[in-house]
Amino acid sequence: MVEVAERIDDKAHYLGDLGRVKSSSPEWINALRRDACARFESLDFPHKRMEEWRFTNVAPIVRTRFRSTLEPAAHGLTAADLVGLAYGVPEWSELVFVDGFYSPDLSRVQPGVRAGSLSDALAGDAETLRPYLNRYLNGSGSAFTALNTAFMLDGAYVSVAKERAVEAPIHLLYITTGLNAETASHPRNLIVLERHASATVIESYASLAVDVTYFTNAATEIAVGEGARLEYIKMLNEGTNGYHLATTRVHQDRDSSFRSFAIVQGGRIARNELGVVLDGEGASASLNGLYMTGGEQLVDNATSIEHAKPHCTSWIGYKGVLDDKSHAVFSGKIMVQRNAQKTDSNQLNQNMVLSDKATIDTKPLLEIFADDVKCTHGATVGRPPKELVFYFQTRGMSEAMALGMLTYGFADEVVNQIEVEPVRARLEKFVYTKYSPIPG
Amino acid sequence: MLEISNLHANVEGVEILKGVSLSVKEGEVHAIMGPNGSGKSTLAQVLAGNEEYEVTEGGVTFLGKDLLEMPAEERARLGVFMAFQYPVEIPGISNAYFLQAGLNEIRKSHGLEELDAMEFRDLLRAKMDMVAIDPRFAERPVNEGFSGGEKKRNEILQMAVLEPRLAILDETDSGLDIDALRIVADGVNKLRDPKRSMILVTHYQRLLDYIVPDYVHVLYKGRIVKSGGKDLALELEEKGYDWVKEEYATA
Repeated sequence: MVEVAERIDDKAHYLGDLGRVKSSSPEWINALRRDACARFESLDFPHKRMEEWRFTNVAPIVRTRFRSTLEPAAHGLTAADLVGLAYGVPEWSELVFVDGFYSPDLSRVQPGVRAGSLSDALAGDAETLRPYLNRYLNGSGSAFTALNTAFMLDGAYVSVAKERAVEAPIHLLYITTGLNAETASHPRNLIVLERHASATVIESYASLAVDVTYFTNAATEIAVGEGARLEYIKMLNEGTNGYHLATTRVHQDRDSSFRSFAIVQGGRIARNELGVVLDGEGASASLNGLYMTGGEQLVDNATSIEHAKPHCTSWIGYKGVLDDKSHAVFSGKIMVQRNAQKTDSNQLNQNMVLSDKATIDTKPLLEIFADDVKCTHGATVGRPPKELVFYFQTRGMSEAMALGMLTYGFADEVVNQIEVEPVRARLEKFVYTKYSPIPG
Repeated sequence: MLEISNLHANVEGVEILKGVSLSVKEGEVHAIMGPNGSGKSTLAQVLAGNEEYEVTEGGVTFLGKDLLEMPAEERARLGVFMAFQYPVEIPGISNAYFLQAGLNEIRKSHGLEELDAMEFRDLLRAKMDMVAIDPRFAERPVNEGFSGGEKKRNEILQMAVLEPRLAILDETDSGLDIDALRIVADGVNKLRDPKRSMILVTHYQRLLDYIVPDYVHVLYKGRIVKSGGKDLALELEEKGYDWVKEEYATA
C-alpha cells in the first residue's frame, strides 16, 4: 500500500501542472490531451520489471518533483547566447525553442518553408494537423510519452508540401536555460512530408545550464509520404544534470526513404526511443547512431522497425564509446509482419569500452512472421583486436596512442556519413578533440 | 647493424625458430627463402616485436642495442620496419592521419621537430608519387577496401615515409600479379640506400628477379640451412626446395 501511495504522489506535481494548462485549442485536441492524461494516470512510470526498461533506471527522474513550464518565459536570450549551438547559416531555417517554447525572435524561417511553432499551428489551421497529430504515438509509449501528449503545449511543426524539395536544412534547436532548477519541458513535434517531398531536419537539444537539474520530455511524430525523402539528425547534448526522455515515431509510405542519425553527447540520463513503421512497399529506413558516454551517464537508444509491407529495406547501425562509470543500453527490435515478404533488414551495434567500470547492455530482438526475408543482426563489445594495435606499434605509435586513434576513427566513421556539412564539421571536431591523441 | 644469434621462438607453445643466426650489415639486402612453414614469417614477426611470439633462447641486437628488450614501437622508432604479409584494415583512420602520427612519433624520438599537416601533406604527396600511388589514397581509411596489390603498395608507401634503417618485407610478393609485382619492386628499389638494410622474406624466386639481393639464405625447419649469393635463388628455382630438404636430411 505504501508503494501505491508513493506512486500516486510521484504524479501529483505533473497532474497539478496539467490542471493549470489554459487551452484555447479546438475540442478534438483537448480530447487528445484528456485521453493522454487518463493514460498517464493509469500507467506506472517505467521500471526495471518492464522489458523495455530493464536496464534503464529512471528512478532519479521519477523521484524529482519537476515543475513543468506552462508558458514562454522572458528569457532575455540573444543570438550571442546561441553561439556554438545554433548554426547561423543564412540559407537555413533555424527555429529556436527556449525551455520548450518557440522563440520567434531567435528564429529564422526561409520564405516558402512551412516551419513554426506547434502552438501557433494548433491555434490557427488545426484541421491540417488532424490527420497526423498523435496518430503514430497514440496508445503507445510510456507514461512519460502520455504525459507529453497531455501537455502538448508547444514544439515544432514542419510541413513540406507534395513534390516540394526543401534543400536547405531546417534546424530545430531546443535550449534549456536552467533559470529555474528542477523544471520540465515537454516539447512536442510534428514533421510531415507529403508525397514526393524532401527535406533535412535537425533536432538538437542543448543546455545553457552547467549543473542545473532539469528534464526534457520530448515526443516527435514524423510522417514520410509516398516517395518522400527525409534526412533526420537528432543531436542530444543536454547538461550534466539534464534528463532527457524522447519518443520518436516515424511512419513511412511506399517508396519513401528515411535516414537518421542519433548523436548522443551529453545528459545525466538520456533515452532516445526511435520507432519506424515501414507501411508501404519499397520503403527504406536507415537508422544510424553514435553515443559517447562518460562520467556516470546513462544513455539508452531504443530502436525499432516494423516491416508492415513487402519489399522494404532497413538498416540499424549504432556505435558507442563508453568511458568512466557510464552505462549504455542499446536495443534493436525488428518486427516483420506476415505479409512483409522480401524484407531486407540488417542491424549492427558496436561498442568500444574504454573503462573497466563502464557497462553496456545490448539487445537485438527479432520477431519475424514472414518466411521469405533476409534479416541479420550483430553486436560487438570491447577493445580493438591486438593485431590492429600491433600494426600501429610497428609504425612507431604506442599502444595508448593506437587506442586513442582507433577510438577517434571508430566514432568518426559514423559522423563522417552525415551529409550536412556544418553539422558534420562540428561533430568531427568534437570527436577529434574528445578522442584523438594528436592535438588538432 | 643487425645481429641475430641462436634465436629460438615459440608460437602458442610450439617451437618454430630453432636457432637462427644471421648478420646483416648496413646497406645489405638479404633474401630469406624457404618452404611453407619453415619459420620465415615468424622470424619477421619476432624482429618486429609481436608479443604473440615468445623468444625462448638467443638474442638480437640492432645498432648495438638489445632489440628483444624493446616494445614494438621503440623498435620502429629505432628504425625497424616490417611490411606485413597481411596488412590489417583500419576503419575510420585515413592513411594521412595514420602515417603523420607514426612519422612524428619517430621524429620526436630522434629529437626532431614534428611535421605539421601542411609539411606532412607535401612529403606524403612526394612519396606517393615515388611509389606510384594515387594521391586520393591519402584520405582513404588505411587498407580498407584496398585490393591485395594496393595493400602491398601501401606498405611500401609507409616504408618510404618512415625511412627505416632496416626494412623487413614479409612475403611482399605473395598474391601479386606480375604487373603489381613490378610496381612494388620498383618502389623498393628506389628505397635502396647504402644506409638502409633489407630483409626480403619470400617463398618465390621471382621477386629476386626484380629486387636483386646481396645474400640468399634458406630457412628450413626453423634454421638457416644454406646461405649463398644471389645465384642460390636461381638454383632453388631450378631444383626446388626438395633438394635442400634432402641435403638437410642427410646432413
